[in-house]
Amino acid sequence: MATEVHVGRRMARKEDRPLVTGTGRFVADIRPVGTVDVAFGRSPVAHARIEAIGTEAATAMDGVVGVYTAPDIQGQVQPFTLFVDQEHTPPSLDQSIHPVIRPCDMDVLALTRVRYVGQPVVAIVAESRYLAEDAAELVDIDYEELPVLTDPEAAIAPGAPLLHEQVPGNVQASFDVDLGAVDAVFAEAEHTASFRFLVPRVAGSPIETRGVLAVHDPVQEELTVWSSTQTPYMVRTRIAEMLGLAEQQVRVIAPDVGGGFGPKVQVYPEEILVAHLSMRLGRPVCWIEDRNEHLVATGQSRDQVHTVEVAYRGDGTITGLRDRFLLDCGAFNPFSITCAYNTAAHLRGLYRVPAYRIRGECVLTNKTPNVPYRGAGRPEATFVMDRVVDVVARRLGLDPAEVIGRNLLTVAEMPCDRGMPYRDGAPIVYDCGDVPASFDRLLRQVGYAEHRSATREVQDGHVRRGIGFATYVEGTGKGPHEGARALLDSRGDIIVLAGCTPHGQSHETAFSQVAADALGVSPEQITFRAGDTALVPYGVGTFASRSAVTAGTAVAVAGGRLRQRILAVAGELLEAAPDDLEFQDSTVHVQGDVTSSVTLHQIAAAAAPGPAARLPAGMDHGMDESYYFVPPTVTFASGLMAAVVDVDTETGVIDVRKIVLVHDSGRLINPMVVEGQIHGGVAQGVGTALYERLVYDDTGQPLTTTFMDYLLPTSMEVPKVEQIHVETRSDRNPLGVKGVGEAGTISPPPAIVNAVVDALAPLSVEFSELPLTPEVVLDAVLAARSGRTGGQR
Amino acid sequence: MSRDDEAQEIALDVNGTKRCAVAEPRTTLADFLRDHLGLTGTHLGCEHGVCGACTVLLDSHSVRSCLLFAVQTEGATVTTIEGLSEVNAELHPIQQAFSAQHGLQCGFCTPGFIVSVAELLAEDPDPSESTIQSWLSGNLCRCTGYQNIVKAVRTAAELTHPKAGPGRG
Repeated sequence: MATEVHVGRRMARKEDRPLVTGTGRFVADIRPVGTVDVAFGRSPVAHARIEAIGTEAATAMDGVVGVYTAPDIQGQVQPFTLFVDQEHTPPSLDQSIHPVIRPCDMDVLALTRVRYVGQPVVAIVAESRYLAEDAAELVDIDYEELPVLTDPEAAIAPGAPLLHEQVPGNVQASFDVDLGAVDAVFAEAEHTASFRFLVPRVAGSPIETRGVLAVHDPVQEELTVWSSTQTPYMVRTRIAEMLGLAEQQVRVIAPDVGGGFGPKVQVYPEEILVAHLSMRLGRPVCWIEDRNEHLVATGQSRDQVHTVEVAYRGDGTITGLRDRFLLDCGAFNPFSITCAYNTAAHLRGLYRVPAYRIRGECVLTNKTPNVPYRGAGRPEATFVMDRVVDVVARRLGLDPAEVIGRNLLTVAEMPCDRGMPYRDGAPIVYDCGDVPASFDRLLRQVGYAEHRSATREVQDGHVRRGIGFATYVEGTGKGPHEGARALLDSRGDIIVLAGCTPHGQSHETAFSQVAADALGVSPEQITFRAGDTALVPYGVGTFASRSAVTAGTAVAVAGGRLRQRILAVAGELLEAAPDDLEFQDSTVHVQGDVTSSVTLHQIAAAAAPGPAARLPAGMDHGMDESYYFVPPTVTFASGLMAAVVDVDTETGVIDVRKIVLVHDSGRLINPMVVEGQIHGGVAQGVGTALYERLVYDDTGQPLTTTFMDYLLPTSMEVPKVEQIHVETRSDRNPLGVKGVGEAGTISPPPAIVNAVVDALAPLSVEFSELPLTPEVVLDAVLAARSGRTGGQR
Repeated sequence: MSRDDEAQEIALDVNGTKRCAVAEPRTTLADFLRDHLGLTGTHLGCEHGVCGACTVLLDSHSVRSCLLFAVQTEGATVTTIEGLSEVNAELHPIQQAFSAQHGLQCGFCTPGFIVSVAELLAEDPDPSESTIQSWLSGNLCRCTGYQNIVKAVRTAAELTHPKAGPGRG
């Protein structure tokens, strides 16, 4: 490998110009001639039998091209059976946690029964979206309403109605983890405590909603689909399977994608149906989701209820933890145990907790299906664990920082085998660095000693300041694989292609840096493209903090191979040994003799097939190298966070003054990009902590269907984030990197809640639910002052 | 269809050019710009006036183009993100600053922010950090956490008016 001068640098982004000039290309910006628009008629009720659908008036309307219901596509569009590749459980995971996973098929359009508000029932195609929506108003559907389940605890109660007949007790999936002599530890415990924690349902909320455009070429029998997705290869696979096509007949392009955060990992009914309709109608077909649809029809996230018991000593050492939790997966469960098992696998986090038992159950209710959202089970786990540690400390009258320190894994315990498999089946072995040292840095950076000795009253006696802590550990860089190609085109320009697809993660810049170092050129010389299944034969997508590790490694190896090939051909042309050559701009020359050089253009020409080729003996033609990286397992990023908050005890309003994070995501490719990912992650964590919650009433009606009801944090609410980078290089990939995309999101809820508890310390309040609204805080303050137990216990 | 619903010609000045197209009265300004004039830099994030992605300047004042009908803007002067810099020419200082400070990630909300900031800097060439934070609260960004956008606005102020101080806190 050439010298590494670009990885590790703050390099301005290559992708910015089109995005700041309004010339980016998002799905809604692409409009081939003759495009028609789709509007969906969606279920207005949470649970019902479909008795009859009247489409005559809509079909007869001027400008309507067609109206389609489930019977119209039966036999032509198969239902979703396998949702994601994660459905496959590795044998070692199977033997360890004994998961029970029930089939739970989902029709593209509801046939006889609707199970959540927003489920697609009818697709109306018209010459414009305005007309399609007009026609949707004319579709007449008779629903016979059925009993509604909105509470997972009610859904698993004996006698509850079944949402899917083949799923007994409405438990779609479950598993058990049992480590150490848990019952014996509790029997001998000095202290025990029990809790109930609630993490609400939230919406990932990319500012670009979903959207799909499909164009079918009947001559070539090829379908091209542009989708605002994180996983174009999965979209390709599902479209091919469900429409009965060969994969090679389907090309999926994720153009500029305006944020994803997890919900765009799922392959959705709309993607399948729009593809089908473009074939059926012989016209380009487009559907752009509106925000109201997004807040009912795009997957929603988190939504867990935990019942926890903890055993601990008088010095705050936690000796055991038992947890049973329910994940409200909504009406279908596209991701099986993905998030629930992430919660179980990450719950102990950076804490020792030698005895541990956890049971997770994914419970069906009449809500929008649950999908991963940034953190994917880890923010829920961290909220439980870091609240438990804080409560244990306060109930013992100890400083929470002291109790955290007592329970953190030490550097002597690394690499630390947690005794259970990761979701990929490999043992969980943390490759984190010196965690207690990072905690000490955090305490100093946030000024904790000064805070402990100062008064907490910061203003007129009614505003009080608190500092709270939280931790995180995250398996990043999940497989199964990601690929890249590095090639010289016929002019000698360097092109790098990858299977991952960016939606804000700065892949063009970061992977140009990686490729530049692998090749020995500058990042500006690299043309990087991704997000198109035609570029690289196999790919996965961008989620689970995985691209830097997986695609980054693939780019580095493919780039290194291309360098070797370029040098071999240059050696042939210059009659020199490849080891004696070096790159300079777009030429290769003999070391110490710049006059003896060839251009990349000449090298490409010499490698091209034909009579002019000049290749070393035995070398094939072409300048196109590929590599697929199959990581052995994930690599563990980690961090510790402090939140500084001011709490107004007269209004309950929380002002997050500052977030400080010491984090370790291995080697940094571009620190500017890493810091940006963490800023954004923290902002979303602040939203989960204080503002965001999707609310359903008892009839399953969603009450948060606009941005006036569902509150995203603005520039006024997101605090400054101070970041300290620790770079413990991973030995699980040649770049030494770990993932960072989700890192910032995981810890803010417990850090902020613990800080509020700290600010209100003399009142001994406890909180166990999110979001922590002013109303909840004020109620706790008033309750504590009136002698009642404050907060939620 | 009654006469009031019939499509009609709408003429306005967009980014310094007289533009004219036929649209129904119910066509929003955002859809008119995007679908009728091909100016797709104005993005739609919520279509109910909260996210600010569709912000354009109407006679020098920022508006949510999703909340206006195109017919209401007949004869008006509209500036969209495309009007801030020429194709392939040097970027506008605000655009430069957003890139320099990594004030965008996915870039979907960015045109709305940049247009909002253009109005801010026209009104207050040297805004304080708290003024900037307050001003930006009308636009939602889900990627950046805003911190770098606030920095970008300060940088843009300094690029636009070199006498603007290094931030008044």
